Amino acid sequence: MFSAAIIVFRESLEAFLIISIMVAATRGISHRGKWIAGGVLLGLLGSAVVANGMERISSVADGMGQELFNVAILIIAVAMLAWHNIWMASHGRELALQIKNTAREVTDGGKERSVILVVIALAVLREGSETVLFLYGVANSGDNGLRDTLLGGAMGLGFGAVIAGLLYLGLLRIPVSRFFAATGVLVLLLASSMASQAARLLVQADLLPSLGAPLWDSSAMLDQRTVLGTILHGLVGYESQPAGMQVLTYVVVLLTIATAMRWVSGRAKPDLRK
Amino acid sequence: MKSLLAVAVLSLAATHAVAAADEFTLTIKDHAFSPRELKLPAGKKIKLLVVNQDATPAEFESKPLGREKVIPGKSTGIVSLGPLKAGRYEFVEEYHETEAAAQGSIVVE
Repeated sequence: MFSAAIIVFRESLEAFLIISIMVAATRGISHRGKWIAGGVLLGLLGSAVVANGMERISSVADGMGQELFNVAILIIAVAMLAWHNIWMASHGRELALQIKNTAREVTDGGKERSVILVVIALAVLREGSETVLFLYGVANSGDNGLRDTLLGGAMGLGFGAVIAGLLYLGLLRIPVSRFFAATGVLVLLLASSMASQAARLLVQADLLPSLGAPLWDSSAMLDQRTVLGTILHGLVGYESQPAGMQVLTYVVVLLTIATAMRWVSGRAKPDLRK
Repeated sequence: MKSLLAVAVLSLAATHAVAAADEFTLTIKDHAFSPRELKLPAGKKIKLLVVNQDATPAEFESKPLGREKVIPGKSTGIVSLGPLKAGRYEFVEEYHETEAAAQGSIVVE
């Protein structure tokens, strides 16, 4: 039961953290609740489809289909998150002002809604399909531990939801004037972390050199498999034994998005005086 | 001239042989790895075939190697590795990682 709880916790936490960061980061966008729920539903549906087709996915591209499929998902998510942050760099102040003054949702950001939908759906899809495969395996192995496993899985899911909920409540305590700056940093780290995971998969598929495998080993200090390690992995992309290529990708993507945000926000300033 | 050409062709063939990955096999049966300890050569590209003989899916995972791959039931997953430095690298079948038989290590020498 506990091993099921741990596996489901580990797989689901990342998706939960992404959801709670996206929910916070899109505060003030009207009807975002519907788009969030839509993203989760689409993701769950997709998980079942992907888990079902895993054999076919695995067998394409000389057995590297799984890696390439996940790389594609990650790259789309990184692009969406980058777009979100760059959009916020020019609209964040406006949004914060309106939340402060009216405490009402703003009817703006039509494209932001598709970002919410797609990012959340992809996060749930990527983590969900592995959980589905795990549960399927248990259900078919004939063990009489099925009930225990489902109970454990529910516990793991609940624990993940609680941590993500706490993160969200914590974020809401940040003053409105600095709120979007804070969520912007979280989204930036999330995008960099996803890019580094894509790099790991490309190294795994032998399409990129590893540039040091691993570059360092901090597993004695903080094992990635512990609860804290799992949370940090989900939030900032912490890995105890990363390949050099992952670290390089992380830094390059972080600097690229941050530079674009600064550039856009510098250009947006004159508009505020209107 | 002819011998020079022959040497060139031979050395080309030799470098190609070195560049091609050596194949090794790891089998999963009843959620247990065999062998539990796999010896691999250092400094070489390796193609590790993970054969899942069970009907249920398995996930080969190694944090030290940075590898994670789902292997559907009754199928073989290819995990490319290396060139590796000498040392010991642990791996698990993630869906049964708490069971000793689902844990193993690669010893590179």
